[in-house]
Amino acid sequence: MSDFRITEHPILVVPDVPRFSFSWSGQELSARQGETIAAALFANGVRVFGHHTKDGAPQGIFCANGQCAQCTVIADGLAVKSCMVPVTPGMRVEPLDAAPSLPEAGGALQYHAIDTIEVECLVLGGGPAGLSAAVELGRAGVSVVILDDKERLGGKLVLQTHKFFGSIEACHAGTRGIDIAAKLEAEVRSYENVRVWTDSVALAVFSDRKVGVLRQGHYVIVQPQVLLVATGARERSLVFRGNTLPGVYGAGAFQTLVNRDLVRPSARLFVVGGGNVGLIAAYHALQAGIQVVGLCEALPDCGGYKVHKDKLVRMGVPIYTSHTVVSANGEEEVTSVTIAAIDSAWKPIEGTEKTFACDTVLVAVGLDPVDEFHRKAKEFGLPALAAGDAEEIAEASAAMFTGKIRGLEIARMLGRDVGEVPPEWHKTAEVLKSRPGATVTEEIPDDEQGVFPVFHCSQEIPCNPCTSICPKHAIRIEGDDILGLPTFVEEDCIACEQCVAVCPGLAITLVDFRSDRESAIVTLPYEFTRATINEGDLVTVLDTEGKVLGNVPVVKVRAPKFADHALLVKVRAPREIAKLAAGIRVQEPWVGEPLEEKVERVADDQVVCRCERVTAGEIRAHIRAGVRDLNELKALTRAGMGACGGKTCPTLIRRLFLEEGVSPGEITELTQRPLVMEVTLGAFAGVITGEGPAKDVPRTHAVAVHEGGV
Amino acid sequence: MSTATFDAIVVGAGSVGTPTAMYLAERGLKILVVDQFPSPGQGSNKCAIGGIRATHSAPAKIRLCLESLATFSSWEHLHGDDIEWHMGGYCFVAYRDDEERLLRDLLKVQKSYGLNIDWYGAAELLERVPSLGHEGLRGGTLSPEDGSASPMRSCLAFYRRARALGVTFRFSERVTGLIRRRSQIVGVRTDKGGYASETVINAAGAWARSVAQAGGLDTPVVPDCHEAGITEPAARFLEPMVVDIRPTAGARNYYFCQLAGGQVIFCITPDPALVGSDRRETSAFLPMIARRMVNLMPRLANLRVRRTWRGLYPMTPDGAPVVGRSQVLSGYVHAEGMCGQGFMLGPGVGALVARLVTGALEPADEAVLAELAPTRAFGGAEALK
Repeated sequence: MSDFRITEHPILVVPDVPRFSFSWSGQELSARQGETIAAALFANGVRVFGHHTKDGAPQGIFCANGQCAQCTVIADGLAVKSCMVPVTPGMRVEPLDAAPSLPEAGGALQYHAIDTIEVECLVLGGGPAGLSAAVELGRAGVSVVILDDKERLGGKLVLQTHKFFGSIEACHAGTRGIDIAAKLEAEVRSYENVRVWTDSVALAVFSDRKVGVLRQGHYVIVQPQVLLVATGARERSLVFRGNTLPGVYGAGAFQTLVNRDLVRPSARLFVVGGGNVGLIAAYHALQAGIQVVGLCEALPDCGGYKVHKDKLVRMGVPIYTSHTVVSANGEEEVTSVTIAAIDSAWKPIEGTEKTFACDTVLVAVGLDPVDEFHRKAKEFGLPALAAGDAEEIAEASAAMFTGKIRGLEIARMLGRDVGEVPPEWHKTAEVLKSRPGATVTEEIPDDEQGVFPVFHCSQEIPCNPCTSICPKHAIRIEGDDILGLPTFVEEDCIACEQCVAVCPGLAITLVDFRSDRESAIVTLPYEFTRATINEGDLVTVLDTEGKVLGNVPVVKVRAPKFADHALLVKVRAPREIAKLAAGIRVQEPWVGEPLEEKVERVADDQVVCRCERVTAGEIRAHIRAGVRDLNELKALTRAGMGACGGKTCPTLIRRLFLEEGVSPGEITELTQRPLVMEVTLGAFAGVITGEGPAKDVPRTHAVAVHEGGV
Repeated sequence: MSTATFDAIVVGAGSVGTPTAMYLAERGLKILVVDQFPSPGQGSNKCAIGGIRATHSAPAKIRLCLESLATFSSWEHLHGDDIEWHMGGYCFVAYRDDEERLLRDLLKVQKSYGLNIDWYGAAELLERVPSLGHEGLRGGTLSPEDGSASPMRSCLAFYRRARALGVTFRFSERVTGLIRRRSQIVGVRTDKGGYASETVINAAGAWARSVAQAGGLDTPVVPDCHEAGITEPAARFLEPMVVDIRPTAGARNYYFCQLAGGQVIFCITPDPALVGSDRRETSAFLPMIARRMVNLMPRLANLRVRRTWRGLYPMTPDGAPVVGRSQVLSGYVHAEGMCGQGFMLGPGVGALVARLVTGALEPADEAVLAELAPTRAFGGAEALK
């Protein structure tokens, strides 16, 4: 089998990791130490992980985040989520094609006591919000346990290879997410009063105000005085024919495979959804050497930042607005996708279908807060706050800032003398959560002499690192409003190119007429591998909107340290186009061509509940028969009763009710019960596995649990 | 505004009320069912784990459950709905003298009623339930004709059939009063209106007492709380419901079985009882029951728990149901206090109540009604005040 691994990446360093073999269906395959079973299978070109017992439908990954259970395989005899469990040398991995047989327990079992650990604050989630809160709590001397279900802290930051928006002071704007994660982690770990539990997952908040936690395979109960829920978001699914075929999965899952696991899971992919997640995933795909066949968005405009969209268009990715996905096609795996234009009632317009050959369809249609712990805590009277996406879906920059605010608020709740949360913090948090504002006509400067930056940035978003980075302070935003657009205000640009390098939207170019007033040297940011561009190459440059301006020669390629892995490419462009040139095309137009014949998927397999494979048709029939209680629907169809714990389908079911003309007020919601994750009876029994329950590294002095406050 | 009139009104659309309504409608009666929850079975039915056995020791429960078993086991064949009936039997295990003696004594009573149940020594029992822990096993009783079904699917199947037979269901509607004319009941008042009928059946489970009290009556039904859980599915490795009656700190007994869908479902009986109607999950349950289950059947250590919940047992002072006509209010019928066995008793009780209301009692019913009479002495306590 060929190796679907990324060996070279423009941003990420590909580490040299020991390899070992494991088996899949009896066949020996190679794995990298530390990777998950799912990553190892994808790296070997395997993406059908089993077949559903109900209808034999092929199963693959969907979330790659431990939230769903579609990637379940049998590893050494036990059913496990392949996206969460590391592959080990010699591991025997089998597809899940029927109910797994339960192995006998091997040998006499040893038990540990199930401890109850008291702590002032328990932080669920070690992503941008949780880490930022833990820093504040750490500084205030609060005793904290912060846990995360992954081996590594950072949450989704570790997938963010792009530079951040926002401001440098508030949220490390202009720095890549992966580097922000490292900074925050180092700071959190510097506080003795903050205990970090990785590979640990909260399972339930109970009515006795205790939180059940599986810590590295061993169960422990945590009794906090205050709970901070910073559990982030989960990806929404979308109902269309073939929506569970292996090859259809979440954009976040894709970023996990590519940017964390360094797997190239696709050769040609299509993206559904033009929010920031979809736009960024498409960009990450291009960086990983994957062809992006196209991106469709149901609204007339992409909802994500315009700079993200522009970047893609300039690189040669076609974007279809007012289009929806009709079907993912294929028998065992995706072989093509069919899209269509939609009318004002969101219905596909017949005759407008287009089919594209591709092996992957990324679903990026929005996120839902992981807020069940917060709701349960409030119901049970456990003081609790939420931060980041668990509170409100927004950018990671906003998550960091709300995390910081919640940290301070909790320190106050616990009686620490930390003062009021500064009012400007709240203001900054609101600004960072801002949706993209007005789009204005791009202002191209009149100058045709000297050297100056050009801003291909025409939409109001919370972002201003260019104003902070300019050593001459010559880039300003009127009224210092972070949502405003930058302008170049003085004539003494020193051509340092730092603004070009820092712009997270890759939307600043430097135009230099000093040597030749007829053809300028234009510096363009470029985040692809060094091998793809060389001095002397002729490259196609495009304007902000993706219009081809012409072919121009590359005169210099630099990789200055301040550009942080990005390349700064100098091209020589004629006067007429120099200021308009915003980017270099990286993908040839033929890549985005549709097939001549449209493919129609006949099977009506629009799956709503992935775990129990319940279709939209079945649910609509029950709605039409008068069912209004999601609990009754669950009993009738098993929708919401499966392995994921009813986390994915309620959103889709609510939408079906709306489409059937039933208002939300008429619906009874699904009763949410523990657990959030399936965990063995052995763990709850206290069975000792491996090296036994984790112990906290002894600190030089213990932090007493503070009594005041709550 | 005229008030809708029915031949009988059933309060509660759960394990007991739904089959009761169905059997009454089968006899041609015009029936209304009123339930406070938004859909069928949302009280305690959906919390039941689904065990069905006739191997009790009290004759009334034996007779009622034999009738229930006949309904559950033939349902799919007769009506087409898959209610996940599985005839896996019940197995009470003994690891100590105390339990062996108790079970063997009980066996004599059960045998005397002609039940299919036997004592199996350790080796024989292990042949039938091979996953049981071997160490110290004395043996146990096995009753192969008992089994399990899905409470929710069964309740919905009875509901569908009841509706097809013309039963009217009113959901999200709470009974606020019983309307009487002298000593005769003539209807119910609800938070949304009123309905007329000279027969009202209280099948409100854990909420039966508040329904009775709404009419100035009482019934000695007090709920207590039980937690249960369910695992992921696995290929079948366990046939019977396994019941371990060894008392330990915090619990009297616990039991589990493997459902038709392959999941293992489990429940514990707290000791002392958690009296009340708090249906919120606690942190104590899983460690307590998991340790015992894994101890009893080490293989379960590898099975993953999917979900846990808490349900209510409508308990009576003597642990037996309250079924029969009221002696103080004519037309008012008790079908309550099932003590956590409403699901397995439901069809039997429903059929009995239908016979009672329509004057079609069979000779054997008299003894059952006498045993479960609302007027009996509940361990010295007076049933109705």
